[in-house]
Amino acid sequence: MPRRDDIEKILLIGSGPIVIGQACEFDYSGTQACRSLRAEGYEVALINSNPATIMTDPESADQVYLEPLTIEICQAVIARERPQALLPTLGGQTALNLARELALSGTLEEFGVELIGARLEAIERAEDRERFHALMLEHGMAVPRGGFARTQEEARRVTAITGFPVIIRPAFTLGGLGGGVAQTAEEFEELAERGLRISPIGEILVEESVLGWKEFELEVMRDRADNCVVVCSIENLDPMGVHTGDSITVAPQQTLTDREYQAMRDTAFRVIRAVGVETGGSNIQFAVDPATGRQLVIEMNPRVSRSSALASKATGFPIAKIAAKLAVGYTLDEITNDITGDTPASFEPTIDYVVVKIPRFDFAKFPSADRRLTTAMKSVGETMAIGRTFGEALQKGLRGLEMNAVGLFERGPEALADADLAERLETPVPERIFLVAEALSRGWTIERLRVATGIDPWFLHRIEDLARLEDAERGTAFEEMAPATLRRLKAAGFSDAHLARRWKLGETAVRARREALGIRPAFKVVDTCGGEFAARTPYFYSTYDEENEAYSLAGPKTVILGGGPNRIGQGIEFDTCCVQAAYALREIGHSVVMVNCNPETVSTDYDVSDRLYFEPLTYEDVSAILEIERPDGVLVQYGGQTPLKLTRRLAAAGVPIVGTAPDSIDRCEDRDRFARLLAHLGLAQPRSGIARDADEALREAEWVGYPVLLRPSYVLGGRGMVVVRDATALKRHLGEARYAFEEGPLLIDEFLEGAVEFDVDVIADGARAVIGGVMQHIEEAGIHSGDSTCILPPHDLEPGTERELREQARRLALELGVRGLMNVQFAVKDGRVYVLEVNPRASRTIPFVSKATGVPLAKLGAQVMVGRTLAEVGLESDPEPLAVAVKAPVFPFDRLPGADPVLGPEMLSTGEVIGLAADAPTAYLKALRGAGVDLGAAVSRGVLFSLNDRDKPAGADVAAQLKSRGVAIHATRGTREHFLRSGVDAALVLKVGEGEPDAAQLIRSGGVGLVINTPLGRSAPYEEFALRRAALVSGVPCITTISAARFGVQALAGADSAPAVRSLQRWAARHRARSVP
Amino acid sequence: MRVIERPARLALEDGWTALGRAVGSPGSGGGECVFNTCLSGYQEVLTDPSYAGQIVVMTYPLIGNYGITAEDSESSGPQVAGFVVRECVRRPSNWRAVESLPAYLERHAVTAIEGIDTRALTRHLRVRGALRGVITTEDLDAEAAIQRARSLPLMEGQDLTGEVTCAALGVEGAVAGRLTVAALDYGLKQNILRRLGAAGCRVLRLPADATAEDALALRPDGLFISNGPGDPAAASRAIETLRQIGRRAPDLPTFGICLGHQLLALAHGGSTYKLKFGHHGGNHPVQDLRTREIDITSHNHGFSVREATDGARRIVAGAPELEVTHVNLYDGTLEGFRHVERPLFAVQYHPEAAPGPHDARHHFDEFVAMIESRRGEA
Ligand SMILES: Nc1ncnc2c1ncn2[C@@H]1O[C@H](COP(=O)(O)OP(=O)(O)O)[C@@H](O)[C@H]1O
Ligand SMILES: Nc1ncnc2c1ncn2[C@@H]1O[C@H](COP(=O)(O)OP(=O)(O)O)[C@@H](O)[C@H]1O
Ligand SMILES: [Mg+2]
Ligand SMILES: [Mg+2]
Repeated sequence: MPRRDDIEKILLIGSGPIVIGQACEFDYSGTQACRSLRAEGYEVALINSNPATIMTDPESADQVYLEPLTIEICQAVIARERPQALLPTLGGQTALNLARELALSGTLEEFGVELIGARLEAIERAEDRERFHALMLEHGMAVPRGGFARTQEEARRVTAITGFPVIIRPAFTLGGLGGGVAQTAEEFEELAERGLRISPIGEILVEESVLGWKEFELEVMRDRADNCVVVCSIENLDPMGVHTGDSITVAPQQTLTDREYQAMRDTAFRVIRAVGVETGGSNIQFAVDPATGRQLVIEMNPRVSRSSALASKATGFPIAKIAAKLAVGYTLDEITNDITGDTPASFEPTIDYVVVKIPRFDFAKFPSADRRLTTAMKSVGETMAIGRTFGEALQKGLRGLEMNAVGLFERGPEALADADLAERLETPVPERIFLVAEALSRGWTIERLRVATGIDPWFLHRIEDLARLEDAERGTAFEEMAPATLRRLKAAGFSDAHLARRWKLGETAVRARREALGIRPAFKVVDTCGGEFAARTPYFYSTYDEENEAYSLAGPKTVILGGGPNRIGQGIEFDTCCVQAAYALREIGHSVVMVNCNPETVSTDYDVSDRLYFEPLTYEDVSAILEIERPDGVLVQYGGQTPLKLTRRLAAAGVPIVGTAPDSIDRCEDRDRFARLLAHLGLAQPRSGIARDADEALREAEWVGYPVLLRPSYVLGGRGMVVVRDATALKRHLGEARYAFEEGPLLIDEFLEGAVEFDVDVIADGARAVIGGVMQHIEEAGIHSGDSTCILPPHDLEPGTERELREQARRLALELGVRGLMNVQFAVKDGRVYVLEVNPRASRTIPFVSKATGVPLAKLGAQVMVGRTLAEVGLESDPEPLAVAVKAPVFPFDRLPGADPVLGPEMLSTGEVIGLAADAPTAYLKALRGAGVDLGAAVSRGVLFSLNDRDKPAGADVAAQLKSRGVAIHATRGTREHFLRSGVDAALVLKVGEGEPDAAQLIRSGGVGLVINTPLGRSAPYEEFALRRAALVSGVPCITTISAARFGVQALAGADSAPAVRSLQRWAARHRARSVP
Repeated sequence: MRVIERPARLALEDGWTALGRAVGSPGSGGGECVFNTCLSGYQEVLTDPSYAGQIVVMTYPLIGNYGITAEDSESSGPQVAGFVVRECVRRPSNWRAVESLPAYLERHAVTAIEGIDTRALTRHLRVRGALRGVITTEDLDAEAAIQRARSLPLMEGQDLTGEVTCAALGVEGAVAGRLTVAALDYGLKQNILRRLGAAGCRVLRLPADATAEDALALRPDGLFISNGPGDPAAASRAIETLRQIGRRAPDLPTFGICLGHQLLALAHGGSTYKLKFGHHGGNHPVQDLRTREIDITSHNHGFSVREATDGARRIVAGAPELEVTHVNLYDGTLEGFRHVERPLFAVQYHPEAAPGPHDARHHFDEFVAMIESRRGEA
């Protein structure tokens, strides 16, 4: 069936900010969809609030609406754009839920918009767990026993059938949000309540537990002619009970016989047909009883998902792109398999390698959070690795995680006593795989581990094989190891770094010996067909096998090193920069080779570059690629810290680094050199000291002057940074954190209390520097720049100071000889400008600034790095913003039970949204709306204040303003007393522990719509923690800085109450019209 | 557990050779080297009689994951002449596993080799076409092994139907089934019997040397022609039997799979040719030209039926009464035909799957429906 001609314009909804459970994979799917729909000649309109995405680049869609993802906004966009169709299956759960609401509210009908991909009935049948359950039973498919509940009482009744433990799964949520396992009736009460509240339709499934069963997923595609194919099968290493997003998963499935696998495939097709997903990709999850092989259907997602992105990368079959084509009428046989170039897409990929996906967690940033892995997802990113054996893929994946692991056998678990190891193995935690490896090296039996962990013996056997392989060589001196044995170890995935550690050698020595023996990795192609047909698409992975299929690509060529797995502090922004660099360099005739290992990303789409290497970003793996490719340059500035960390070694090995010289990077990263740089330019820096023991720390802090900011020097990215206000607190901190001075000194900086922070992004060509944008933070310095709400252009800054910031940034760029991008963080206190940090690389804010100014900084930066001047790329002067833009962060607290939602100098947010408007207040409220907070509605339900002493005066002003708007004010004792003294009346609320009813109860009962709580530091007393958790659990927004509260109240007063929606293209047109006199 | 490793060599007639580790039994195995792209189902592959005389290279690198089960063999034991894998998994995991793959290979004296870059070998076979090869654990140097590969008979011209057939007439399938089907066994896979049985057929299985009289004497309601190994054009006895049956019982509902499909074409005057490296896998898309429906199908054949056109009609070359019904969307080859007048159809692929997807199972129902409608008319 050919493409549908009755449709001209299609609306796509994106997935919004990156949150746990919804990450870059939807940028990947959305970008693919936009591209393929436009290639088919359709006009595409897009709504997404996330400025850090590729899909929201003005080139991606005809009209890009960077607007909050709310039903009202979608309605307004539909009214404005009048699309004939809405494709809801590529923007995650967010898009699916919005599409459902738009259908139910009659909007789609009113404007004659057709849902394509999945119709309303199909969405309902799959997402409403009750209907899904019933449908499965009706079609004779096995599901866990259970029942549905809309009230606590109903829920309780179901447990009579299921017994305990019992699983709670809310309808219409993603990433298992609000679900969990209740072992006891008590736990059940809490989980059921939470689940009912979190489900958008107030419904939960209470279900028989099949904890410990094997878990599988099939990625299925269907077309209008009812052709169904399985793109990929995935087996979870972690059994049922650990969310697939938090599980180590393997493709293809390993432990089912063909008979069992085909039965699963048959069921999957019956499910997709019964649900009635007409076209596109769906994902179906199964549980399999390891003792009998009985298969149960767990759920189906009628849309592309995180697993579809994984399946696409694992097989080379671009699910999202094909799903988009199927949605507009094509059938699978009418679409060509890009990889072979002449076979159709109506086939099932077969692979000749093993793929392992490993989740990445960031619990170190949330010390109070519950680290146990359950049915609700907690990981913030993932990496994928390809190898010819499971061991090779697993160990590549583990080093690709960048959690300092060089492989499966790590030092940490070695130190555990047997009893501790046994105990820790019982509960699934992020590091469980290392514990399993350790136990197997200790000779524990497979059966013991199977019982303790529920992990299938197949995986345990493979891990045990690895342990034995390594152990067998313990007695051999490295230089005497037989070449065949070394090759065997390499083929089993042991990294040079691991071998170096085991044999107490330098990595260089290991590498030298290996190369002397001619043991080098070969590169093989991901071709969808197991070698049956010639592949055109250059998508490679390394393996220790005989034949190498990669040869050096001809012509001017740049290698771009990507950012690896998403983590807090390094996410989609960097991937977006890498992709833009690829586009920009290809535009000017360069060949681009991309290296990355994050399956969620656009950068790992084989279409983006001339060649893709799906490899970990370690020195060993990267240099093997560089040896083959011998590029003219390597771009390290765009993938965040990951490639930057490799710069020194790469440069030392003679690799040409494009852009800013490695020495300049070092001048910014090395503390002493940085201080000298600033001194040389006459720029100010907060006073700072360095301490090698506790006594020195106290002396230095005294000299620097309290409050001080402590930074451990051995951790990266603001980890473990805290503000300490006096000597007692410092002593307590050193004691509590058991600060390990042997690992590196402690850096002690003067903390600039109450300073205003700015981010400045610069692009420079070595001779000239242009300021891309100056952003003012709404929160005071002390809140990590990634967690601050920031506004461009600055909303209250003396013109003189702004000029000063621009000037200082320019001087830094020129002094450092920056070629490419650079970011400077400034703090301004009492009119004085301090430089906090200089990052000679693309910053997190580059995509945001690019959207706000319409200047594609990452693209231009890449072209500058390979030798163009700013004049040549057409950037003559500092750009002006198209509109007022506000960037607001989004936090994962609601997904991490036990986490304390307090901001500080360590970054905690996972994603961001943008608000664009003609004025600052409106832009700010829009950004908050995009981040899920309707500030106006929230304050109207009453505001609870609980402030620290420093913030009380400013808080009283805020309260007074709210009061004048008729808002009910509640305050805890001390805060209230101060308010009363300042003439602001407030109702008294008891703190938790002071008696009842307390603040937590007030929040839970819906008595307030907003909490303003400013703690002193992060080691907050329990009652404050309880207050904030209550807000979080009840979905009440909580503001933790007085500067944000102040700005919010001002915004409420000044904002446009019904702002129009406007696409990025129209903002640009408006700007052009205004600047031409 | 330190596995004692024995070296083994794989050598092809064109001089390609590689060293690996022996699995299974020591000795040598020789035959035509082909690759199979199924991800699961190695037990079915090993025991598929159509692989007689062939060395099978599995493209998926981990083989043996779930061991060997009691239920999944397609015949009484392994049929391949040799087996090549990247890594043979010694400790399997599956609730139905009764034995590990290497133990099974050893017990059945199959020569197999692991540690081979099977992707490199596959790419080589793709470019050069299927080649004769040997796997050996003997102390042969490369040259001697290559020579041995060259001395093997070519697949073209070999009639292997008699090698893998049943010993004598037997009753299988649904023993008390409503319909009686005579099945000519040239290497019949177990799952075909299961599928015919599930469709309600009592199957009378005839050995390869059965004549038309033998078959017709059973007064069957339908005739089934099985899959099998070797060059179809060389199977003159079988072709003659089919011609005879066609002449004497033109209205007997007939269904052929794989070799059966080729033999039926040949019996009607069609011809076959050798494919470069054949189709061996579980993911080939086949389209029904009449309905445009696509099935993902299981394949195992090295020869194909030649196609021609007759005006706008796609027909079997040399047999205008055989109309093409199915084509392979990968390479456009002929995958199925039907007789324009008589109740006869055949497919080149494996609707019985095992291993592979079940999409094409409906052909068994179609066969039964064909028989039933004949009976209704009779
Ligand atoms: N009945 C059950 N028993 C045990 N674990 C379960 C059960 N149902 C689901 N799970 C686990 O919970 C996880 C999340 O459930 P799922 O329904 O897939 O939610 P989501 O929509 O977030 O993917 C699954 O991946 C599985 O590990
Ligand atoms: N001397 C200081 N005074 C006040 N706040 C500071 C100071 N130094 C850093 N900060 C705050 O800490 C945050 C993180 O510090 P930074 O050096 O940027 O770490 P990272 O490397 O994680 O980006 C900054 O965004 C700023 O808000
Ligand atoms: Mg789901
Ligand atoms: Mg799920």
